[in-house]
Amino acid sequence: MIEFFQVNKAYQLGKKSITALHTTDLQIPTGQIYGLIGHSGAGKSTLMRLINRLEEPSAGRIEVDGLDITQLDASGLRSFRRKVGMIFQHFNLLTSRSVADNVALPLRLAGELSKSEINKKVSDLLARVGLENHAKKYPAQLSGGEKQRVGIARALATDPSILLCDEATSALDPQTTGQVLELLAEINRDLGLTLVLITHEMDVVRRICDQVAVMDGGVIVEQGQVADVFLHPQHPTTKRFVYEAEQVNEDEQVQNLAEVEGRILRLTFQGQATYEPLLARVAYQTAIEFSIISGRIDRIQNAPYGQLTVAFKGEKLEEAMQMLAAAEVHLDVVRYEEGHHE
Amino acid sequence: MNNLLANVDWYEIWLASFETLMMLGGSLLFTVVLGLPLGVLLFLTGPKQMFDQKALYSVLSLITNILRSLPFIILLIVMIPFTVMITGTSLGVAGAIPPLVVGATPFFARLVETALREVDRGIIEATQAMGATTKQIIISALLPEARPGILAATTVTAITLVSYTAMAGVVGAGGLGDLAIRFGYQRFQTDVMVVTVVLLLVLVQLLQMVGDRLVVHYSRK
Ligand SMILES: Nc1ncnc2c1ncn2[C@@H]1O[C@H](COP(=O)(O)OP(=O)(O)OP(=O)(O)O)[C@@H](O)[C@H]1O
Ligand SMILES: [Mg+2]
Repeated sequence: MIEFFQVNKAYQLGKKSITALHTTDLQIPTGQIYGLIGHSGAGKSTLMRLINRLEEPSAGRIEVDGLDITQLDASGLRSFRRKVGMIFQHFNLLTSRSVADNVALPLRLAGELSKSEINKKVSDLLARVGLENHAKKYPAQLSGGEKQRVGIARALATDPSILLCDEATSALDPQTTGQVLELLAEINRDLGLTLVLITHEMDVVRRICDQVAVMDGGVIVEQGQVADVFLHPQHPTTKRFVYEAEQVNEDEQVQNLAEVEGRILRLTFQGQATYEPLLARVAYQTAIEFSIISGRIDRIQNAPYGQLTVAFKGEKLEEAMQMLAAAEVHLDVVRYEEGHHE
Repeated sequence: MNNLLANVDWYEIWLASFETLMMLGGSLLFTVVLGLPLGVLLFLTGPKQMFDQKALYSVLSLITNILRSLPFIILLIVMIPFTVMITGTSLGVAGAIPPLVVGATPFFARLVETALREVDRGIIEATQAMGATTKQIIISALLPEARPGILAATTVTAITLVSYTAMAGVVGAGGLGDLAIRFGYQRFQTDVMVVTVVLLLVLVQLLQMVGDRLVVHYSRK
């Protein structure tokens, strides 16, 4: 568990002080994939770099598994850092060392294993990330996706319990991004590592994160289970990220709705309900008419969900809504029909 | 052929070449041994670096700049008492090495500092995140990553030292420069002048070639 207690970080630039992280409390449970999303300059990297003390907090306390890391001395900090792997947007591999030597570096620096033990471990790690045939190459001879795999192998070398990923896929194409995310999810599953993952794409969050924190201006503006945040965003910043991912154009939607009669509802299905013929059943039983205005069916991590914007017309509208609610469909009224009185 | 080079005493030339190489080798060795740590120190204490130490950096920087702005010929003369103190003589190869080292070290240190600054900050950070000590960061990350730059700096310094050794000839250091001045200039033996200049040129070319090869060999970008 990573815990922030009233943590604050300000950078001193000459006489000016810039608060990159306003006083924050935060808990990241062990074994989770925790997403940090926000626009450029929101303070994501600052928050992440506090976890392995690449940045010193200006105030507050940070605990990892109950250990107050802000109190560690230099040597305590070094051994703590071995338990926290980190991967970067631009990989930060040593250009002068081969792939195998890059992965071996953290082990050499730690100085706990013999040469042959290191070699064994390095080939295991390279096999895990699918690069067993690239050991002797230099980073410059690899593609972006391969470089990030080396970065991942290197970060895992000292058997960390936390892996920090600062925009690890931002420099990669969509397909490679998918492969790297899959690898990260696999590592989280197999090794039980806690992953903290910075991104500015909601799609990355949707695919692999358990929880997400949305940051804006050095503040966590929204936080929770990915499904909740994704399907029912509250804060404007969160909404923007979600609509961006869903490719929803809000203005266009409002315009389209003006041409539609009846009560407009947004239905959110999760889990098994997603695949059931609920709408047809309800329409049949209550004799209401419906037309689907927009919708999407997809997955959050591995759980299916559907979100439909539907216009309903008919006498038994309230009854239909009750039936849907009873089937665990989440309902939001987007617009009431004309002449509706509450 | 022999008429064209009538004044050339090949034994003298061979001796002078040997002296030049000794001066170059000796001074380059000490320059690297002293300049590399100084360059690392300049880098580490520089603005926004790992050991940002404004006062220390300013002092080091000032000393380096003073030594670099001093014309080498002046340094040669000013250094004489100091040279006698450590080598027992201000003449010959031994007498030339201290001023050569003092002249070249600040130059080399600055080039090393620049080469280290070229190393991607992200690499230092990644190494820090592994739990490396500062010493480990310097030895395992900074220096290997900056190796092509440091090799290029060594090449430039060696070539600068070649021209310095020629100047050192003026104060009786021996070597090809000394030969050129004593015979070529003072006795108007143009052929001796030409031969020494050609030999110096060949030396510079060789140094540049070897240096470039090494830089390419260690560049993995
Ligand atoms: N070393 C520093 N010195 C001064 N200000 C800094 C420093 N690092 C970050 N900042 C400032 O702190 C704020 C947050 O920066 P941070 O790097 O955490 O943002 P981010 O969310 O990671 O952005 P990005 O998506 O661009 O990486 C920014 O306003 C930035 O200018
Ligand atoms: Mg960032």
